[in-house]
Amino acid sequence: MLKYIIRRLAMLVIVVIGVTLVTFTMIHLAPGDPAELMAIARYGLENLSEEDIERIRVAEGLDAPIFIQYLRWLGHTVTGDLGRSLVTGDPVQEEILLKLPATFQLALAALVVSLLVAVPAGIISAVKQHSPLDYLTMTGALLGVSMPNFCLGLLLILFFAVKLGWFPVYGYGGLSHMILPAITLGTGMAAITTRLTRSSMLNVLRQDYITAARSKGLSEGQLIFSHALKNSFIPVITIVGLQIGHLLEGTVIVESIFAWPGLGKLLVDSIFARDFSMIQGCALLFAVLFVLINLLVDISYVYLDPQIRYEKES
Amino acid sequence: MTAAVVTAWRNLSVNNQLRKNKMALIGLAIILLLVIVAAIAPVFVPHHPYEQDLEKAFLPPSLEYPFGTDDFGRCIFSRIIFGTRISLAIGVVVTAISAVTGIILGMLAGFYSGIVDEVIMRIVDIFLAFPGLILALVIAGLLGPGMFNVLFALSLVGWMGYARVVRGVVMAEKEKNFVETARALGAGSLYIMYRHLLPNVLAPVIVMATLGIGQAILAAAGLSFLGLGAQPPVPVWGSMLNDGKMYLQTAPHLTIFPGLAIMITVLSFNFLGDGLRDLFDPRLREKTIE
Repeated sequence: MLKYIIRRLAMLVIVVIGVTLVTFTMIHLAPGDPAELMAIARYGLENLSEEDIERIRVAEGLDAPIFIQYLRWLGHTVTGDLGRSLVTGDPVQEEILLKLPATFQLALAALVVSLLVAVPAGIISAVKQHSPLDYLTMTGALLGVSMPNFCLGLLLILFFAVKLGWFPVYGYGGLSHMILPAITLGTGMAAITTRLTRSSMLNVLRQDYITAARSKGLSEGQLIFSHALKNSFIPVITIVGLQIGHLLEGTVIVESIFAWPGLGKLLVDSIFARDFSMIQGCALLFAVLFVLINLLVDISYVYLDPQIRYEKES
Repeated sequence: MTAAVVTAWRNLSVNNQLRKNKMALIGLAIILLLVIVAAIAPVFVPHHPYEQDLEKAFLPPSLEYPFGTDDFGRCIFSRIIFGTRISLAIGVVVTAISAVTGIILGMLAGFYSGIVDEVIMRIVDIFLAFPGLILALVIAGLLGPGMFNVLFALSLVGWMGYARVVRGVVMAEKEKNFVETARALGAGSLYIMYRHLLPNVLAPVIVMATLGIGQAILAAAGLSFLGLGAQPPVPVWGSMLNDGKMYLQTAPHLTIFPGLAIMITVLSFNFLGDGLRDLFDPRLREKTIE
């Protein structure tokens, strides 16, 4: 087990190097001169002079070859210094840490929303298979999977914020601000989880030990809650784990729609501001979070289901 | 390949998994309709997609403007029809590049195993370990707005699934007798890969690619919604949504129709992909459940 974790952590290092190499190369290929951008940020567009740009270029080490710049940046990153924003001049890591809680809040809320909807819906759908309720749930799940989150977000705003006025249209604040973004982000995941809970539950309900328990005279409720539920959960947890990474991905679009001040919006804003160091920092953080979450999910399976261990360690 | 398609067609019409196949057929019908619409867009649209008339801005749907007009008084219906061309083109091109890259790398990895396999699969791991949409966003964002950059970015993050599946199939197939026989008859590695192994990977690849086109269209719409991708006045569904979101309160039709277009298109490819998956290979179901 320890060997497996160490191997995965080594993988994390490789991924980080891979990601930073890709973004660094792209930044080098991208139009726009970082030194010029910094000069504009510091002195304003009207006071822009060649000397200032050149001075900044030398002072920030932007005149060095790209490979040297990369190594330097990597060296700083290891010590937790992600450089300064080209636009505001603030340290990148401070800005990111400031935005991170909002993203976590949103992702967590979406996770809660999707589980609260998906697990009961999936169970009911399985227990009442082929009932109208089942078809209704499955149609909803199909729509949920196919609906792009940006469409859903705009529709939710249109109906619940604009027409009905129940929630604020966008912004960050109390619980009422969080509900629409959380539903938008959580729907895709809820749809997939519902489908999986249903099929997993159906699978378990067909097993012999369920028939045996039923023949012993257990009520349907006892049967489902004390026998079937636990066994049907392992595949569900697997999918939920896989989805958490994608939940992070979704924050980029959802945060942009709802002007939610998190990491995703920061990334999009930095892209349009061509704030290279901020983009680099956000991308790095997303990569690290993604890999760490997947690692945690993988480790947790091994504890949940001993059968997995053999596959993973081989 | 044609034989496989013909068999699949025949199965499609006689198979008794009716409900599933009905959905696949509906998907196929809508896709064909979209292709036809895209092909004949210029003769089909009531207005030129770029034609502005500020006096006719924000008109609700009517006979002259079936989906109403946008903030510049352009016909939303005509713009969506022209947007079909762009969306389908992006979906197909991204999927084609991803699939070909994935097939080549997966086949090399599966066929040669050893160090080649190790290197290729570690690259696959690295790409898979990173959230694809974010990588695509960063790449497209850094390279600047533009259709080509979106194509490039999405292709770069879309090939890994194909490589994995192709590798698996090739590893299983290359041990079989017909490959041994071909080799004994003096066939070279390239010939064996092309003539004997490639046909075996086509079925799973076609299924993945069908679903992949939908996913690529969705991702491209997401990127153009964020403001990347083709720039105005080119009619792209994602950026039409983005324009519309400012007028959500007063003119929701600016948002609803492009949104529906994206949804229906993606849904059709999902239906068709799911149906094909059941036809070609029921075992694939579990692997690509997402």
